[in-house]
Amino acid sequence: MSKQYETVIGLEVHVELATKTKIFCSCSTEFGGAPNTHTCPVCTGMPGSLPVLNKQVVEYALAVGLAANCEINQYCKFDRKNYFYPDNPQNYQISQLYLPICHDGYVEIDTPSGKKKIGIHEIHMEEDAGKLIHDEWEDCSLVDFNRSGVPLIEIVSEPDMRSGEEVIAYLEKLRLIIQYLGASDCKLQEGSMRADVNLSIREAGAKEFGTRTEMKNLNSFKAIARAIEGEKKRQIELIEEGKLITQETRRWDDNKESSYAMRSKEDAKDYRYFPDPDLPPVLISDEWISSIKERQPELRTEKMARYQEDFSLSEYDADIITASKHIADIFEAVTEICNKPKEAANWLMVEGMRLLKEHEMEPENMCFSPENLAKLIQLVDNGTINRTVGKEVFERIFADNVNPEQYVEEKGLKVVNDEGQLREAIQGIIDANPQSVEDYHNGKEKAMGFLVGQTMRAMKGKADPASVNRIVKELLG
Amino acid sequence: MTEKEILSLTAVGLGKKIKSKEVTVLEAVKAVLGQIRSMEPDLNSFVTVDEAFALSQAEAVQKKIDAGELTGPLAGVPVAIKDNICIKDMRTTCSSNILSDFVPTYTAQAVENLIEAGAIIIGKTNMDEFAMGSTTETSAFGPTKNPWNLEYVPGGSSGGSCTAVASGECFYALGSDTGGSIRQPASYCGVTGLKPTYGTISRYGLIAYGSSLDQIGPVAKDVTDCAAILEVLASHDKKDSTSVDRKDNHFMEALTEDVKGLRVGIPADYLGEGLNEEVKEAVLKAAKILEEKGAVVETFDLGRVKYAIPAYYVIASAEASSNLSRFDGVKYGYRAKEYEGLHGMYKKSRSEGFGAEVKRRIMLGSFVLSSGYYDAYYIKALKTKALIKKSFDEAFAKYDVILGPTAPTTAPKLNESLSDSLKMYLGDIYTISVNLAGLPGLSIPFGTDHKGLPIGLQLIGDCFQEKSILRAGYALEGEHGYTMPELALKAINGREEK
Repeated sequence: MSKQYETVIGLEVHVELATKTKIFCSCSTEFGGAPNTHTCPVCTGMPGSLPVLNKQVVEYALAVGLAANCEINQYCKFDRKNYFYPDNPQNYQISQLYLPICHDGYVEIDTPSGKKKIGIHEIHMEEDAGKLIHDEWEDCSLVDFNRSGVPLIEIVSEPDMRSGEEVIAYLEKLRLIIQYLGASDCKLQEGSMRADVNLSIREAGAKEFGTRTEMKNLNSFKAIARAIEGEKKRQIELIEEGKLITQETRRWDDNKESSYAMRSKEDAKDYRYFPDPDLPPVLISDEWISSIKERQPELRTEKMARYQEDFSLSEYDADIITASKHIADIFEAVTEICNKPKEAANWLMVEGMRLLKEHEMEPENMCFSPENLAKLIQLVDNGTINRTVGKEVFERIFADNVNPEQYVEEKGLKVVNDEGQLREAIQGIIDANPQSVEDYHNGKEKAMGFLVGQTMRAMKGKADPASVNRIVKELLG
Repeated sequence: MTEKEILSLTAVGLGKKIKSKEVTVLEAVKAVLGQIRSMEPDLNSFVTVDEAFALSQAEAVQKKIDAGELTGPLAGVPVAIKDNICIKDMRTTCSSNILSDFVPTYTAQAVENLIEAGAIIIGKTNMDEFAMGSTTETSAFGPTKNPWNLEYVPGGSSGGSCTAVASGECFYALGSDTGGSIRQPASYCGVTGLKPTYGTISRYGLIAYGSSLDQIGPVAKDVTDCAAILEVLASHDKKDSTSVDRKDNHFMEALTEDVKGLRVGIPADYLGEGLNEEVKEAVLKAAKILEEKGAVVETFDLGRVKYAIPAYYVIASAEASSNLSRFDGVKYGYRAKEYEGLHGMYKKSRSEGFGAEVKRRIMLGSFVLSSGYYDAYYIKALKTKALIKKSFDEAFAKYDVILGPTAPTTAPKLNESLSDSLKMYLGDIYTISVNLAGLPGLSIPFGTDHKGLPIGLQLIGDCFQEKSILRAGYALEGEHGYTMPELALKAINGREEK
């Protein structure tokens, strides 16, 4: 490669909002019902039905917009986006084009060269479509309208990102903000957060943007990173070969790690947007905005500061704990019960993170009850069990949410503190290992460790290590 | 009472007789069903008549009246509903092949209000396909004929509702009015029709044509009926975001003869070129009567009248092109028998399902919303709409009521209008601006022309001022008012002789 290139990336992120009911009717948004059971005349596009805006959608959109430093359109409107597709019951989607609820904001990300602001062009509210199910056996297609009308916000960034790392940092930042606000769970795999990547290449230092492509079907951060790498390479190769980039929408196939063109700009649709006459403009008063601001929950940076201040966590620990809203919630609940923040943080950071990694799980899927972790901390703290046994119990809590008190009782895992019983066991170990005793007397300190280890093993880990050490030393003379 | 006496009653008149037990609900229902059987071969007012349902309702409602549970003025009175208003389990077609077998799963709020008031639903009335037309000739189920002369159109799009009321096939009916679709056929058929202020009657369950202009309204024999029906229909509906919470719905209170001091303006623009002389004379005569009764009448320049029609056809067609896209053969309604692929199904189902006028407006609407044309047409039309509203605002600063003709002429002959769409569109010149400005408009019968065809007067009020136009209409209708067409009387007499 002779020339230096710069990658320019902008994102369109769709987020499914966590409202109980749909955006324009009172049907449930719950995921996974039997097909067409969460439907009514409105979300199935029955003739004569009319949309009524769910106020909570506006509140969530406002909350996200304010957290992303956006300006608010206090007079905002819904527009119809007209296109034919069977998952879209009215053959138009109610969205916002002309006056979206939020615009001109930013979020700040950390990059190797310091902090960087990624501009938010706009955030708009819209409805999701239903789902088409293709029945290969019967050779027909069926529509499930359960998802039709589930509220979405689309967050459109400025083309401010220059690498896959920046994109991931931006998405993680966005996800955290939204999760902290409780506006969505933002699960990429389940589709409650979806990102389309707009990418173009230009020579380093060039002022004009290159021709961009839009990449769809990106279901994980890893897929996004791979797609960006792949598309960057594809475009640079074309440029090097002296070929032109076509403005088009491409679909990423993460298994093949390659993309193919879905449609080009020439056959881009004319959506014939116009203001939806069924929905009056949404008027957002100053009072409404300030009441949202007042109710705005604590965001990550505030939480981090509070953890350091109130719980004396290190900045490093606070950073790890707050990296997931879910983990932070568990941390606070556990601390609330047992009042041992350091312990709570340690269990979650060390054992919790280890198990997540081992099982390739997302933090959101950590689903034991805080009471059980609090109980575990107390059991270790008051010496009922030792830390080694505690780790075993934590694994059981993590996997099956067992009640640690009950588990320790049933499995007989309590620390043995009976001096006589310990002495007897240690004497047995000493008698059975004359070589080690001799080694110890010859100055090999390691032999002592071996004997302690053997004792712990014989006690199935339930002995208090300090007591064992003391007694071994004493008996060896 | 004899069938003839029953059928000559107004809706409120019949309600009183039912309450005083001079007529049973069943007798009233049987009377209209008899008239429907006699008249329908000539008129074709109905797309669907549900006799069994009407009879079962009659029994249930009579019981409630006898038990004192239903005491309103419309309890037990048979009504017909325009076929673009949904009723659960009753076929609702919009007079289109694309919905020829469509059965709604829910009932429109306006109809719910009627049912609650004890109305007996007789059936669904014919209309221009999707309410697009001014003659009821664009119906997929054949045209409706004018009961005053079967060679003439009844007007449209609520032609079926108006002929049914005029000829005694029902006591009142619901219509819908997007650009004059209640008032113009009411005028052609010699009945009274009211288009209320936008937002007064819930649109939930009205199959949309031009959503920002559509409004359901009553078609009846006189002003008193219209006021009584409006009291039942007007309600704030949370299911319709454009529904208005009106505090004063006591429209009957306006029915005094007192018009003393009422300020009445006649737009000079409404009396100029294109207006039939006999219609013009009727307007001037009405002005004189109002003056004699103490109203202050003067002519004035409303202005911007000629821009109403282009603005209307851009806005209504734009909305219609989007509203009607849901009829695609996927979920309900007509699906072509043979097709290739998804787009083939869309194209064939819609090409075969929609009629010519509907296709014309979908194309027009799609065009004005297309990128590159949106500002030049759609946005400009919205600005025009705002200017027209401003003209009316200025007028209502000076007047309580605007008086004029409902249509430039009396009913045209069948097959005359569709060959010249532009001429047909121009026929809506006096009614359309009322929809663009969201105002209430009332059409009352006011005599006939030399051909014996009814002439209609239009009274326009400021937003939420239905009472003013009802008051003026009530003062005027004594002069002419409703008479039953000869054909309808003959049908009744014919049955009585048997």
